[in-house]
Parts: sequence; structure tokens; C-alpha cells
Amino acid sequence: MKVPMSWLREFVEIPADITHEQVHAALVKVGFEEEDVHGFDISGPVVVGQVLEFVGEPQSNGKTINWCQVDVGEAEPRGIVCGAHNFVVGDKVVVTLPGSVLPGPFPIAARKTYGHVSDGMIASTRELGLGDEHDGILVLSTLGLDPAVGTSAIELLGLDDFAVEINVTPDRGYAMSLRGVAREYALSTGATFTDPADAPAITEASGFPVVIADDAPIRGRAGVRAFVTRVVRNVDVTKPTPTWMITRLALAGIRSISLTVDITNYVMLELGQPIHAYDLDRVAGGLTVRRAQAGEILATLDDKSRTLDPEDLLITDESGPIGLAGVMGGASTEITDSSTNVLIEAANFEPISIARTARRHKLGSEASRRFERGVDPLVAPAAAARVVELLVELGGGTVDELGSDLLADHVADAVDLPEGYAQGLIGVNYSADEITDSLQAIGATVESTETGWSVTPPSWRPDLGDKTTLVEEVARIVGYNRIPAVLPVAPPGRGLTRAQRLRRTVSNSLAASGLTEVLAYPFISQHSNDLFGASEAGGATTIKLANALDPDAATMRRSLIPGLAAIAHRNVSRGLTDLALFEVGTVFLPEAGRSYGSTSLPLGYELPSDAVLADLRSSIPQQPWHVAALFLGDAVTRQPGQQPVSRGLADALATVQLVAATLSVEIDIVTGSHHSMHPGRTAELRVGDNTVGYAGELLPALAQELDLPRVVAVLELDLSVLIQSAAADVAATPIVSYPAATQDLSLVVPTEVQAGELLALIREGAGELLEHVRLVDDYRGTGIPEAHKSLTFALRFRAVDRTLTQAEATDAKNAAVALAGERVGAELRE
Amino acid sequence: MADLKTVRGAHLAEGSPLAALNAQMKNVAPADRAATGKLIGAARGRVNGAFSAREAELAVAEEQAKLAAEAVDVTAVATRYVKGARHPLSLLMEHMSDIFVGMGWEVAEGPELENEWFNFDALNFDEDHPARAMQDTFFIDPVDSHLLLRTHTSPVQIRSLLERPLPVYVVAPGRVFRTDELDATHTPVFHQLEGIAIDKGLTMAHLRGTLEHLARAMFGEGAQIRLRPNYFPFTEPSAEMDVWQPNAKGGARWVEWGGCGMVNPNVLRAAGIDPDEYQGFAFGMGIERTLQFRNEMNDMRDMVEGDIRFSQQFGMVV
Repeated sequence: MKVPMSWLREFVEIPADITHEQVHAALVKVGFEEEDVHGFDISGPVVVGQVLEFVGEPQSNGKTINWCQVDVGEAEPRGIVCGAHNFVVGDKVVVTLPGSVLPGPFPIAARKTYGHVSDGMIASTRELGLGDEHDGILVLSTLGLDPAVGTSAIELLGLDDFAVEINVTPDRGYAMSLRGVAREYALSTGATFTDPADAPAITEASGFPVVIADDAPIRGRAGVRAFVTRVVRNVDVTKPTPTWMITRLALAGIRSISLTVDITNYVMLELGQPIHAYDLDRVAGGLTVRRAQAGEILATLDDKSRTLDPEDLLITDESGPIGLAGVMGGASTEITDSSTNVLIEAANFEPISIARTARRHKLGSEASRRFERGVDPLVAPAAAARVVELLVELGGGTVDELGSDLLADHVADAVDLPEGYAQGLIGVNYSADEITDSLQAIGATVESTETGWSVTPPSWRPDLGDKTTLVEEVARIVGYNRIPAVLPVAPPGRGLTRAQRLRRTVSNSLAASGLTEVLAYPFISQHSNDLFGASEAGGATTIKLANALDPDAATMRRSLIPGLAAIAHRNVSRGLTDLALFEVGTVFLPEAGRSYGSTSLPLGYELPSDAVLADLRSSIPQQPWHVAALFLGDAVTRQPGQQPVSRGLADALATVQLVAATLSVEIDIVTGSHHSMHPGRTAELRVGDNTVGYAGELLPALAQELDLPRVVAVLELDLSVLIQSAAADVAATPIVSYPAATQDLSLVVPTEVQAGELLALIREGAGELLEHVRLVDDYRGTGIPEAHKSLTFALRFRAVDRTLTQAEATDAKNAAVALAGERVGAELRE
Repeated sequence: MADLKTVRGAHLAEGSPLAALNAQMKNVAPADRAATGKLIGAARGRVNGAFSAREAELAVAEEQAKLAAEAVDVTAVATRYVKGARHPLSLLMEHMSDIFVGMGWEVAEGPELENEWFNFDALNFDEDHPARAMQDTFFIDPVDSHLLLRTHTSPVQIRSLLERPLPVYVVAPGRVFRTDELDATHTPVFHQLEGIAIDKGLTMAHLRGTLEHLARAMFGEGAQIRLRPNYFPFTEPSAEMDVWQPNAKGGARWVEWGGCGMVNPNVLRAAGIDPDEYQGFAFGMGIERTLQFRNEMNDMRDMVEGDIRFSQQFGMVV
């Protein structure tokens, strides 16, 4: 809401020299956030001038410019170049003289143009910030003005006024008016408030037929609460809107259109009551307010033909629909330049009905925004009277006896405010006077009862429906600065949950070992989900957004890898070519063939049944935590005496081992396959019999498609499952200090036998004396048969209860050799 | 050292003068043998001592030469270190959560893809209330499935109230979503930390006390909280909170930090709690915004783009 200061002053006392900061501060105190300040930003000598003579001079570019002599109240006229043609000799215009500054900022100086020195500029309404007209200059007589030459145009046009813009929260619809803001300013500062709704003299009128026929109220609430009409005849609708009104409307953000429209907008801003004006002579018979029939069509003021919905509330005449109630009027009864008799409608419509219609037709208007938030149901007669007053005064019309009064039978329910409740909710020791004074100040009626007060809220505060809302008013009016700070004592807590602790630990481990955490958006393309979110090629089952910002990223990720790949690409394109990235985040895993969601929702104000709650909880897909990492470039860069070490599968597997060790979970790395991964460099990751993820290098062609280097290693693990698999308490075994016996073992096997397989056989064959085994060499070539390889393992034996002899260790080793020979044909290398 | 060995042989080994003297012992009169033997032994001792001393001297010199040869330019040693980092938003959420854990609160979590009921209805957003349309919501297709991406972490408050025994003191850090295009001050995916406390006799003064404690833990002892009236469907009274940041780079200042208020009785009813018996407060703030003013960051895009240089400035500390 933009509030012009000159207007606000009409209804509340404001010091003459107040700054916008002070006005904002006063309004912030009572709950209106500061948004902005708007002025005309015009300074310097801007005066009324009179065109004495001008000569048209055709230019080589095809334009004709006018070389004008303009009297600006000085001894000599000034020569000014003007490109407009909508004036004649004798017209009074606005001249911005050298030294003045127009919004932009656009400083005016005497400058040479079209062969003359133009000693200033003749301004258009757009240049002055008063309107959109820029083809022609502002001729003051069109505004009905005939000021003396040399008069300051800034004062004449009110260009020194400014507006403060505040944010009006949706519960405070009444503050979308000068009336409401003035009241709040008075509440904040203690200044005297004059209610503009008390000013207009309400005339009697009757006989205009209005029928309210709402046979389908929404949520049981009748669509119309008040409907007042008045008629003003013989209005000269072509008369100019007075400058003060144009200026105030412009500051409030509303463009001047015509006298009648300007007056309806002006009264809406002043009193908060949206008004509609019809050309009475184009209305066929009386008005009927009803719901639309399915398929009915209305041409609205914006020249659009709209198909109506049975929930839409309509204004109709004998010809059919002539307006979407409270949202937008129809074209057929619009005021035109030839209109003379004006029918004024000041109605009060039910918020929900208007909100739904505005949303349905995407037709948010100044009127609908006010109705949605609630318009004072009792202000309609005063608003209609104010429009009548202005049409008579400014449009030369005469008020007619024709009209109608359907007034709201508004009875606000009294709310009980128990003594002590305000203190108990806010923690401030309010006095009884503070409570009653605050509530009376906002316009409520307060009566003492045995247990406290009975409070009847004013008609413009539909939001005050219970004791809590009343307490908010008390707290707000007395001031939030009275609330002390008291630290509550919570019962002893249990700290982070195990899952929370372990997720942090994993992230810290990864970061400490050289990976950088990133947080990618969870929106990716279906194609990306197909690549990484499904175990087989083909369509991944995904959750789709109904209103994605980017149509190419309209599904929710099933995998963290596409996000890492996009971030990797961004880093590479910025010259950061050695990367180790990780993310710990959630993925969205709908099951194929299952539909999610609820067909209807329970009420919000009461506890749903257990069955309904269970349905709500199970209406969403699984969203487990994953951890994923991506590597590319060099792990160790080239340095003196150091060859570079490229990143690849090894980094992914080492990181899997890091995660496993961090969580103390055994993750088995076995040969795997994945449709997006290198067929020979992919590992499946298992805990027991469950697959928990995969690691490997991307298919080089896919890496290329992602604009990444050829070798990109990735891994992705289901962190939620891993954390569940982690032992709740690690069962420690005692450390044995008897000496170890170490032996090396070289086995010759066919090349297709995997090292992992041999390791498992060695462990099995050697039995419990074998404490540790690792692969130390893979040799092929001279001395080894074709299609075979020699794998060398380092074995460490230890007994838990004695010093082991080499003979015992050798026996265990031989058992391992025998088993490997039997299972995979391994032979001891001589 | 090799030379020393040769010389030592010449003085002590077979054929050396001392060895020759020793061989002459049989010719020495028996009465003089003991004294002569003693003299030869002493001579041998002196020679040996001289050799040992020299040997030690040479060993030290040799080790020193070796060390000198092994010297390197410590500023040019090949490094195996790779810099890693946590994301500062994660660290900040953890830091803020820890402050509450220190007060006995617990950390609650909930799904990011939510049922509309938890995100709106249960939080006193009427289906036709303009506030519901104000939150630019990502809806899941089809729209009539009533699923969405949570617009705030408040659904976790409802889930906590439904699942936990009273009294409840929890914070819910997490990721939330609104349909804002990414620019210097907006991102469609961001993080919040919300808190809710429901107990007997909690007041708005307790709300202020809690926020002030958080502010002091995060911004230093001089931090303060200022409340301004505002409106949220799920709290009544509602307030906007500003924090006094005493150590801001450009000088101490008030900064808009988040929203808060006393939990609306309708929210308690939705969770089956009797608002005449229990009441409490809730608050929430944006983590991106907090990082922005706390760490003097101008552009939101740096937080979401994943440029490793951004996180690596922070390392493991925020």
C-alpha cells in the first residue's frame, strides 16, 4: 500500500516537517513493514510558462520541431525547442528550466539542439511522473488550470508530495486504505484521527431494482453482504481530473484514466471500499447478483472474453452478465465519453468467493485484493455518498433519487477476554487500563464482566475472532518493546539422534579427507533420472513438479550424481579442473505403479483420526539420505620430483572404504554393472546381501555428453541404510600382543580370476591364525604361462594365546594354497 | 674412516710395534713381567682410546655431511594434501542446532516432499486464505494429489507435536522450496531453522529470551533481539524479529532475521493439544540470510553454485 502524505494528513495530525523515515518508523511499530518511498524526484526551477509564438522547422530526419518563444515570467521570453505538436500559441505549459532535475535523474541544461540553444524543456505528463502520455506536452488548460506565468509548477501540481509504501499483511485488509493507515498512524503516535467515513453526507435514494439471488454460497457463506447503488445524472465525464487527484493517484501507483474511473479509484483508496461505475443508460433494467451458469461468457473490461464457472459471482442485468462481482466489470456497460448518467455500485462481497474467482481467472485487481482480505461491511453507504459528492463537485452532475440500499446486517460477535490471559500469553504485566484502552483505541467496544472483559471488535476487523487475536492487539498497541527476555528451561534432552550424529561424522570425514561439500538443487531432468536413478536403462519412476521453474529440470532427483555432475561442469568451466566433490542429501524414490497423495484433506483445526493421519503420513514417497561423490582431474598434481596421480576408480573406492570405516560398517566391493558406467570399471557395493550403492567411472561417452573430461569417477551410497546397518555399539575384541609371523605368497591363476576371490579363499583356507592379508603385486609375463597372472599377497599370522612358530604359519599358508588350487586352479609360483 | 681402520691395524694388529713388544714378553725377567705387561696394556689402552675418540669425531662429521646432503627446500616439497571443506550452510545449521541442543532441545527432521495438510492446513492456513497463495509453492503433479515441496520447515513442527510427548522443545533445520528464480537475493531452494516450544506457561517473554540467547551465542554478548508486529497464520501474536549485530564489519546494526510468535491455538488443536492447558512459541530464520549478514556475503548465487572456492574459504569452520 502506497500512502501519499498530503492525503494522510487529511485524516490524522502529522508534523509539517516529518520525514518518510519517521512515518515508516511509526507504522512499523504497529505492524506495517517498510517497503519503499515514492516521490516525483523533481527539483529546481520548474515553472508555468506561456507559449508566445512558435515556428515549425522540418528536419532532415523527417520530424518537424517547433522553435518556441515561451514567457516564463522573466523580462525576456526563453527560446525552447519542442518536438510536440499538441499546443497552440497562448497555451500554458510546464517549463523545466536549466538547473532543474527530472526523474532519472535527468538534469536540464541549456543545450544546443536542431540549430538552436534550447533554454529549458517543455514537459509531458510522463516526464513529470503524472501519467503515460509522452507524445504530447502537458497543456495546463486540459487539467482545467490557468495559473499565472512563472508560478512554481512543483507546488501547482503537488510534485513535492511523496508516498510511503508499507506492506499490509493479509489479516489487515482495512489498512489497504487511507482510512485504515491513518487510524494506525494515530494508534502509533497518539495523534488525533478523523474518520473519513464520517464525512460524506448520505442521501436518501430508492427505487433502483437490485435482486440478490445467490443460490450456491461457497462454504455456506452468502456471496453478497451489502449492495448500495446511487445514480448521478448529467455528469460531464470528459471533464479533466483535477491535478491534486491525479497526483495522489500517481503516488498511490494508479494511473489517471478518466474522471469517473479516477473518482472510483480515489474513493477506494480513501475508504477501502471498491466501487464500480456503470453507464446507467447501457444497463438493461435492474441488477441481479447471482452465480454463473456453466458455460456462460462475459466480455470483461480488459477486452477478454471469459468463460464463467458456476462458482463465479456475477452482476447481471436483463441482457445477461455485465460484471464479475468484486473482480472486474464488463465491457457492455462501461462508461464512455458519451455517457452522462452514472450508476454507482458500492457492494460488499464475501472474501472466499472473490478470492476463488480472481484466482480462477488470473484477474487479481485492486478491488479483488481488498475483498479477499475483507472490506468493512458498514462502509458501503459512505463510500457511495463520497463518489456522489465527487461526481457532483468535479463532474457537474446532479444526484438522483434513484438508488438502493441493501445494508449489511453486521453484528460482530463479542469475544470474552479473561482477566490475566494477556499477561499469561505475553509475559508482560499489563494494567487493566492498558488492556481496555488499547482495545478501545482500535475501535472495539469493551465491557467489564465478572471474569474479565467482553470485547466487540469493530466492523473493519473481521480478523479479531478470539481472545488470542485481542491479546495481539494489546501487545501491539502497548508495544512489543515492553516484552522482557526470559530464558525457558527445557527438560533434559537426549542430544542429536544417532542418525544425525553419523551423518555429520560422514560429512566431516569426507571433508577432512579432501572432498568439498556441495548442495545441489534436487530438480533434475527425467533423462538424468533415467541415467542415474534407475538400476536398469529405461524410464525411472519419478516425482514430477506441476510448476517447475525450468522445464528441463522438472523431476525430483532419485540420485545425487546428476547434481554433482552439473556442479563439476560449472567448476571445470571456471578453470577448476581437479575436483573431489560430495553431497549428503535426500533423494525421492517413488515406487513404480504406486500413486501418492491424498484425494481430500482433513480440516486444519482439529486432530484427524489415527487412520486419516496414517494415510497422510503414507501419502508421500520414500525420501532417504544418500551420500555421493565425484572425482576428476588429478589427485596429486605434478610437482618437483612428483609425477601427477590421476583421479579415477581408485578414489571412488577409497572413499567407499572411508565411509565404511567411518561408520564401522563392512561394505563389500564386488564387480558390478550399470548402464551409465564403464563396463569394466564399476563396482557394486554391498552390505551383506543388500546392494547399497555403486562406484566406478562414468561411461566416457556420457562424461562427454555431460561436458566433463573422459575419466570421471563417482560413487553413491544409501546413507540411511548404511546408518541402519552400523552396529549400535561396536563390540570390541581385545588386542593380542604375541608376536606375528609374516609370509609372502605368490599364486599363479588364470587372468580372469579376481584378486578379491583369491583373497576370500586365502582367508577361508588359512583359517583364524591369519590376521591380515593384502595384495601386493600382480605380475604377468616371463615365467608365467599365457593367459595367467601371478598375484602376490602379504600374509600376517598371529595366535591369540601363544607365540606362533614359522612352521604353524607355513601350515596355515599351505592350507590356503590347497583351497585356492582346488577352487580356482591356483598354483604356488616357484 | 677407512684410513682410520688402516692406521689402527698398523698400531695394534699383528706385526705392530705393540704386538712385537708383547711377543718379547717371554724374554722379560719374570720379576719384571707384571710391570712390563701393565705398561704394554696401558699403551694399548691409550692407543685404543685415541682411536675411539677419533672414530666418534669422524662419525659425527659423516652424519653431519649426510644431513647436509639430505636438506631440501621445505617450500617446494611435493604435497599429498588435498583441501576439502564442508558447505558453510551445513556448518551454520549444525552450529545453530548445537546451541539449542546445549539448552536441552532436540533436533527434529521431516520430509521435504510433504502432504499439503502438514504444510498448510494444520498450520492454520485456510484453503482460501490469501496467505496460502502468497507462499509461492512448488506443487507435485498432479496438483489434486495435494503434495508439494514444503515451503517452510513448519510441517516438522506439526509432526513433532503429533509424535512427541509434551512438553516439546525442538528445532527443525532443513531445506525448503519456493518458486523464486535464482538471483542475487533469491533462490528457489534454501534452508531454514525453525524452533517450537510447547509447555505449560510459556509466554512471549520466553520467546524473546530464547532468541536473545541464540543471538548472543552467534553474534556475541552485545547481541539483542527486537520484535515488530507482523502476521503469520500459525502464530498469534506474530512478530518479525531483528537482531542487533554488535560486531558487524561496517559497524553495529539491526538486521531483519526472521519471524516468530506464540503458536496459534488452531495449530495446537490440529495436533490434538488443548490450547487452554498448553501454549508455546515458534520461530524461524533463513540460514542463507543468516550466512549473508553474518559473514558479509552479497550474492546468494555463491551459496548455491557449488564453486569449490566458495566452500573452501570456510574449511570446517563458519
